[in-house]
Order: sequence, then structure tokens, then C-alpha cells
Amino acid sequence: MPQPTLLELSRAGKRCTRAPAGDVSSRGVTELIPAEHLRADPPRLPEVSEPEIARHYALLARDTFNIEAGFYPLGSCTMKYNPKVNERIAAMPGWALLHPDTPPGQVQGALRLILELERLLAELGGMDAASLQPPAGASGEFCCVRMFRAYHESRGEARRTRVIVPDSAHGTNPASVSRCGYVATSIRSDGGRVDSAELRGALGDDVAGVMLTNPNTLGLFEIDILGIVETVHDAGALLYYDGANMNAIMGYARPGDMGFDAMHFNLHKTFATPHGGGGPGSGPVAVKEHLTPFLPVPRVVERGEGYDWDWSPPKSIGRVHSYFGSFLVAVRAYAYILAHGAEGLQRVSEAAVLNANYMAERLRAVYDLPHAGPFMHECVLSAQSIYRDTGVRALDIAKRLIDYGIHPPTVCFPLIVKEAMMIEPTETESKQTLDHFIEVMQTIAQEARSSPELLHEAPHETPVRRVDEAAAARHPKLTWNA
Amino acid sequence: METPHDLRYAETHEWARQDGDLVRVGVTDFAQEQLGDIVFLDLPEVGRVVTRGEGFGIVESVKAVDDLHAPVGGEIAEVNGDLLDQPEVVNEDPYRRGWMVAIRPSDPEEIEALMDAPAYQKHCEEGGTA
Amino acid sequence: MNYLPHSESDWAAMLAALGIDSVGELFRDIPAQLRETAMPDLPGPMAEAELLRHLQDLAGRNSSLDELVCFAGGGVYDRFIPSIVLDVISRPEFKTGYTPYQPEASQGILQALFEYQSMVCELTGMPVANASLYDGASALGEAILVAAAERKRPRALVSRALSPNARRVARTYCDAMGIAIAEVPYVAETGQTDMDALRAAMGDDLCGVALQQPNYFGVLENMRLAAEAAHAAGALLVASVEPISLGLLEAPGRYGADIVVGEGQPLGLPPGYGGPLLGIFACRHEMMRRVPGRIVGETVDADGRRAYCLTLQAREQHVRRERATSNICTSESLCALAAAVYLAALGPEGLCEVAAQGVQQAHFLLERLSERGTAPRRFAGAFFNEFVVDVGQPADGVVCRLAEQGYLVGPALGREYPELEDCLLLVATEQRTRADIEGLVAAFET
Repeated sequence: MPQPTLLELSRAGKRCTRAPAGDVSSRGVTELIPAEHLRADPPRLPEVSEPEIARHYALLARDTFNIEAGFYPLGSCTMKYNPKVNERIAAMPGWALLHPDTPPGQVQGALRLILELERLLAELGGMDAASLQPPAGASGEFCCVRMFRAYHESRGEARRTRVIVPDSAHGTNPASVSRCGYVATSIRSDGGRVDSAELRGALGDDVAGVMLTNPNTLGLFEIDILGIVETVHDAGALLYYDGANMNAIMGYARPGDMGFDAMHFNLHKTFATPHGGGGPGSGPVAVKEHLTPFLPVPRVVERGEGYDWDWSPPKSIGRVHSYFGSFLVAVRAYAYILAHGAEGLQRVSEAAVLNANYMAERLRAVYDLPHAGPFMHECVLSAQSIYRDTGVRALDIAKRLIDYGIHPPTVCFPLIVKEAMMIEPTETESKQTLDHFIEVMQTIAQEARSSPELLHEAPHETPVRRVDEAAAARHPKLTWNA
Repeated sequence: METPHDLRYAETHEWARQDGDLVRVGVTDFAQEQLGDIVFLDLPEVGRVVTRGEGFGIVESVKAVDDLHAPVGGEIAEVNGDLLDQPEVVNEDPYRRGWMVAIRPSDPEEIEALMDAPAYQKHCEEGGTA
Repeated sequence: MNYLPHSESDWAAMLAALGIDSVGELFRDIPAQLRETAMPDLPGPMAEAELLRHLQDLAGRNSSLDELVCFAGGGVYDRFIPSIVLDVISRPEFKTGYTPYQPEASQGILQALFEYQSMVCELTGMPVANASLYDGASALGEAILVAAAERKRPRALVSRALSPNARRVARTYCDAMGIAIAEVPYVAETGQTDMDALRAAMGDDLCGVALQQPNYFGVLENMRLAAEAAHAAGALLVASVEPISLGLLEAPGRYGADIVVGEGQPLGLPPGYGGPLLGIFACRHEMMRRVPGRIVGETVDADGRRAYCLTLQAREQHVRRERATSNICTSESLCALAAAVYLAALGPEGLCEVAAQGVQQAHFLLERLSERGTAPRRFAGAFFNEFVVDVGQPADGVVCRLAEQGYLVGPALGREYPELEDCLLLVATEQRTRADIEGLVAAFET
């Protein structure tokens, strides 16, 4: 049932928070601020009381799917459990209430945490240095490609203006390439993996870099990664690793060892910081020695007995954030890593991979599995046969899952698989949850055959039925006053 | 899937119809079905000159974006302004009310180089990639 | 500590279903050479109690705003956060949900973000707002890129009186895209952007002009003049604003801004050592399809009920890939939610009160400092709640000394403005009492 908006709840004169009475004997605002700068009328914000605000958001919360309350097998999103202790830590005043311009001598704990986390991430990634500054994965991607550009320009190779991206890549990859003033060249996959011949054909002395994720978005490990890396380096290009899929390989492979020159991490994926409905995230980058001069400024350095900010790195690509990145998100990730230790993180990857393979194995009887395993932390199923036989699409199956209290997997991505459903269970789902999901998916496959209309019109059990997204885009209504 | 026989077709799923001395252009039934609900069209201004195969606009659906390619070269003589408010017309009636632009062709023979209906149908059956 | 929900028998059953003896077999595609060096050298594991002790210990080596009385500004401010804000954003439903791509399952967060957009539009006087960018700095960068795409021109002017951090991030974004940014100086006496210099820098290659209101020095700019100058040259005005000031100050939409950006941290977010933050972005209708980031729209469902969804997604990276308006994916939704709850909690009267108190406390602080003559004001222009003082010696040292006495001031301006090496920023918000102010004034003299 739709909830009224705050504007609809608003009544003139209702109040919630009041500021305490000011205690300076003061002149009024109109005496202090020239009239030409002042608003004629106060902004038209809703006027509501605290109980009404509390209830409003309680009711909205009830209509918001979340990992706490249900299974969320979104491929490449790593929707794992968000540990409570990390929230408790991030709320400590000694972390939350730090002003970014506090003299370094009085935030030694923060500087140490930043430096330590950088080192932990570099170690996990098999890299030499890291920066926590990018506030999300896409920003991390941009940072890495931008560092590639700075590197090539510093060596007189500004002619390198292309970056190769597989057709299975996440959309942020080619978008980040464009944002660096480069051109993205797409290469086709072969059986899901990078086609080496295509790659060789696409390389040239105008290529700055190649962006890969391994395992790729199909959940397949690039078996020939060492060969691929060599080929790319021989062509004078650099390799970037999209760390979105790190959950698959901790303790089993490190991107730096594979030969990648730079990578980013998604703290809000692998390291269990909460997604927040679309952020805040954090996308730290880690690089090999030859790229460290280009990392964003400032950098934490050890100075004497303590830590300080170094503002002077001369070759830095500059800033990508107002301050030091999503610091409170980093605090959570730091705690997560310490809680697990190396063996614990390896176990995380093992459980994630086991869960994904178990699910693929149990569902292959009912859905198409376009590529052979073993899979890593995610797999891609296809509803193509079901579509052909019944007209029911992956999107319909997705919508019907909602009726069963399960969040749909990623559908229609990657683009190279028709009627794709990308499923990443993560390690924090029990076998019982997986078995239930498998049963539901089997039931839905039967429903597709016996009553396809049920699926075309799904969901049925939600506060709103299928939403008209076309109308929203054709006649955009973006505020309550439009 | 509708493929009128009196039209010509480009590999990129635009259709062309000789209309007096103009060539009227839109996207095919195959295209509108692939795109899904069309939500927005970015069409050129009258007077713009395009070459054959050049992008002359953009069609957006909820989940996809595609370029519109001129099946013949020439000057844009007419633009279907109705589509700005009612992009869904392209889904409903792609070959008639869903026309997008009318081009005054610089080479009147160019339209002959396009596929006829049976060839286009075959192209779609084979996957339809340009 | 770990969070794995597998019992030993579950694990065995799953291995059996896969016909394997150990989970390691699932990693067989990974070359042995990589597996050999794969175990990282990391501290831990730690049990929960250990972890808390360690993090508490590290936190104890930081001076937070519980220990320091904050008169520092420059982009992040000490504002009172109502308890209802903290409560709402700590709800696991909001905290642990994903981006609401499946609207039927996420009406709650979608409506909350729609309400946020609506309130941003009310504050800024603009018709379109998005559901957040990373921070005010990246929002400025995105705004200039939108102006460049909209006007199809490659140069922008940015005032030197605009936040240095924002200018740097904008430069990182724009340099990479080949958009040139030229800086406009400020007038030494007033601290305002030099309008003569601005007008002299106009040209038909100009896509946008960016000013901050109040500016980085706290000084109030003549935004109408800037808008006129920009528009006369066929360029757009980008206004970078502080959201709480909009409780009192004219809405940018009313003085001719085409795009409005800002740092939303003061709206219910803790300082957090600088992050996460909240990038505000709003603009006129004409640019709607160029807006970066997520946008929530109102529509209907199959039964005609009001419903919300992410819309205009054709702009975004997951559809448009290399031709997307921006590469942004995850942004700052939970922070936008905090801002929405904050604005709802304050309401129009509360926001005006909070803004006004900051103005009054700041002007009182200046009065007391002026009486003592210890830290004269550097600029003469009218200011809102932030101003620059000259401490007669390198300001870095003064910032450190005052912090040791329990007062946080600054930032010192020397690093970004070498000509202002002896200067630092002071700001007062509704959080500062008369006693705080008297304490700071006294501390300046020791």
C-alpha cells in the first residue's frame, strides 16, 4: 500500500527538532546579512512531528528488501551479511566525530588505520601500495585508468589512447575509460572467457591498457590469465583488475601475482560494509611499484615515531575526493579483515565458491547452464529454453521470486548471455537457505510451463504490482511538486 | 514480426520508404521489439546533412540505448515532432505513425542498395547483428 | 571471528552433491603457481571482544569533537544531528539493502530518496535533483562536465574563492576529459570573486562559470551578477552551496543558477574524518537527461497505484556503458536518507533557526576577537557563518597550538593559498555556545 509522502503528512506549525535558544546577545539575521542575499520566504520543507517521522520511516523500511531479512543473490554485488560489530566500531566517537582538518598529531589512530588498511589491501591483492581515496568502485576504476594514462604520458607514450574491455564487463568499466578521455574497445568472449586471438588482434601500440576481472562476470576463472598478462605486457600495455569479484579468490590467487599492474577493491562487496541502498561505498586502489608515484594525493607516511599526511607527491593524478575517501566505511572493512585473518578470508572464498557451485549443480536440471564449471563465487544461468517454450523471460522469473520473499538475481547481464540470471549466493547463506531457493526456482520453472500469465504479471504479493518504468522515463516526475 | 514488402531495410534495423522525392525513415518492428518500451528519442534538426550509415539520432528504451543510422544520405527535410511527447508510438506503429525523419536524398539511387523485405527477414532470422 | 553458517555436515553434503572430496577441487582452474603465493600475511583472526578493544584503543589516539570544541570548517561542519536521524539510518532495512533496481521490492527506499530529491529541489529552487553523488567536490566536477556537454564548449571558469578541495577534484575530472578550467581571482580586500576579472575572461568557448555561495572564505558573493555575466556569454552558472545556509539565503534557482551542487554533510552526517560525504546535484529541466547518478521517479504500477522507480537509466553506465553521462554506480544513498530525515526533523523553521544561530554565533565571535585585536578579520565582505582571520604568523602552528588547548580551528589556508599563509578559517554553528566562544577568544591570547 503506498505510503503518504512527508509533504502529504505535513501540517503547518508541526515541529520536531528545535535548536536550543541562542545565548549570545545578538543582532538579528537581517542586521547581519545584507537583504539582497536573503530568501523572501523560508524553504517549503514538510512540517511534521517526531512520532510521525519515526512512523513514516518505519513503514518505508518495511517495504525495503534488505540482506538482513532475505536472500539476495545479486551477481557481482556480493550481498553478504554485514557484521554488527563493525557498526558498533564505526559509531565510536573516536572514529565518527573526527574533523578531517584536525592536526595529524591528534589523529594518529586514524592515520595508522588508513596506512594499515592500505597495507592489508596491498598484501591481499599482491600489490605494492594502495590508496583509500576513491569513494566507490567506479571511482577506483577511473583512478586506475587515469594512473595508466599518467604512466604512459610520463614515458612519452601519449599515443596510447585505447583500453580493451571484454564484452562481459560491468558497464562502469567502459564508462570509466571514457571518463579518462580514452576509447573503449570491446572484445568478444570465447565460451565465456577472454578470446586470446581476439585480444591479440585488438592489441597494438595505441593501447594503454586492458581491463579484466578474474573470475569474470560469468564466474569463470580465466585459466590462461598468465598468458594473457604476458601478451598484454609484451604489447606495452598495462593491466587493470576489477576487484568486484575478489570474494572468489582470497587465499587462492592474488591479482598482483597474476601480473596485474593496478586494481580496485569494493569494500561494500568483499569486505561486508553495508550497501546502504546504493552507498556509501568505498573503492580503494592498489598498484605495483611503477604506478605508486601516480596515486591520489595526499598519502599517509610514517614520520618519526608517528604518522603524517604527505601533500607533495609530484606525479600524483590529483584528488578524487574532498578528503581521504569513505573513511568510516574503511574502518568497518579494517575490522572485518582483522576479525577474519588470512585463513578466515580464505574460508570465506571457499564457502562462497562452494555455495555457488552447489546451486549451479542443483539448478542445471531446470535452467540452462551456458558454460561448464567449475564456477567461482557466482554462476550465470539462462532462461532461454524456458523463454522459447513458454514465452516466460528471466525478468518474469525475477519478479516472481519477489513473491517468495527472495530478491531476484541480476537479470539481463552479462549482455553476452540471453535471458541471463547471474547468481552470487555469497558465503553467509546457509545450505538451508540455498535449498529453499533451489526449491523455489524449481517451482517457478514449473509455473512457467503451467501458468505463464502468473509470471508475466508478477509480483503479486508486494505493496505495488509491476511498476511502469516506461512511463517513469517517458514523463519524468522527479519531485513531489512536478 | 511485420516486414512490409513495399519498404527497404538497413542492416541496422531502420526502414526506408520512398515518399515523393523524400525518403521516410523509421525503425523496424524487430527493432522496437528488441528495444522494449521506448521512452525517449533524440532526433536531429531539420536541415542537418547526413551521409549513409551516419548516426542521426538516438532511441532510448527503459533498459537500452541505440543509435539511429541514416539508411540513405541527404538533408533532413522533416522530423516527426509527435514522437517527442509520445515515443510509445514507435512501439505501437513503427512503420506508419512511428516514422522518425524524412530525408531529401543526395543520391536518389541509394535506396536501391538497401535490403528488400525477404532479405531483411533473413537477416533477422540469423540474429540481426549488423 | 567469522560469519559462516555452514555446519560440518552441511559442508560434507554439499561436497557430496558435487561429487568432490574437498572444496579445493573447485579452485582447480587456478594455476598452481598462483596458489603457492596466494596466502596473504595478515594479522588476525580476532574474536569480537579483542577486535573492539583494538579499535577502541586506536580510536583513543584520536581527538574527536567530544574532546575538541570545533570552530573548524572549510567544507565539513559540526552540526547537531537529531537522534531520529541516527535511528532511521541505523535501521537494517535501509542500511543493508542494495540499489533498488527491483522497484516492487524496494518502494520504501525509493520513496525516501524521492522525498530527498524533492527537498533538495525546495532548498535550491531547482526543478530536478538526483539521489546523490559522492561529495560536493565530485558534484562540481560532474556539473562542469554537464555544462560542457550541454553547451558543447570546452572551457570553464572557476573562482579561486571556491573550495580548493572541490577545485582539485573538478580538475581531475575535467583535465581527463579535455575540458579546460581557468581560475578567476578574488578581490584581496573583500574576499569576493573578482567580477571584472570574471567578465574579462568570458568568451564563446565558455561552457560554465562556477562560484561558491557563501564562498570558501565565508564571504557572500554577488551571484546575480555572476549569472548575468555567464548567461551573456552563453555559458551556464554552476552554484556550489552549503545546504544549511539555504534556510536563510536565496535559493540559487532564483538568482539564475543553471546547476546547483554542494556538500550535504551538514545535513545529519558526522564529520567522519572526511567521509562518507554527500554530493548534492540539482539543475534545470533542460539538462535532465544529462544528470549523472541515480534519479528516482514517480509512476504507477499495473493497478494504477502510485509507485516509485529508478528512472532515466538510459543515462547510466549499466545501459550506456562507454557513452554514459558518468561512470558513477554506487553513490551515497544512505547519506541522502540521513539528509532527508534531517530536513524533515528540522522543517523550515528549524532550518532557519539553525542557520540563524550559526550566523549570530559567528558574528559574535568576530566581535569578541575584534575587541581583543588578536586575530583580525582578513576580508571585508559580508559573511554568513564562516570567516578568515590573520594570526600574524604561519597559521599551521596556531592550529596545532589551539588544538592542544582543546579548540579546533582552521583549516590553515597557506597550503592552498600561499598568499594567505598567516590565515585560517573560523566557523561557528548552532553547536557553539557563548562559553565556547569566550574560551576560544582567550585561547588565542595564550
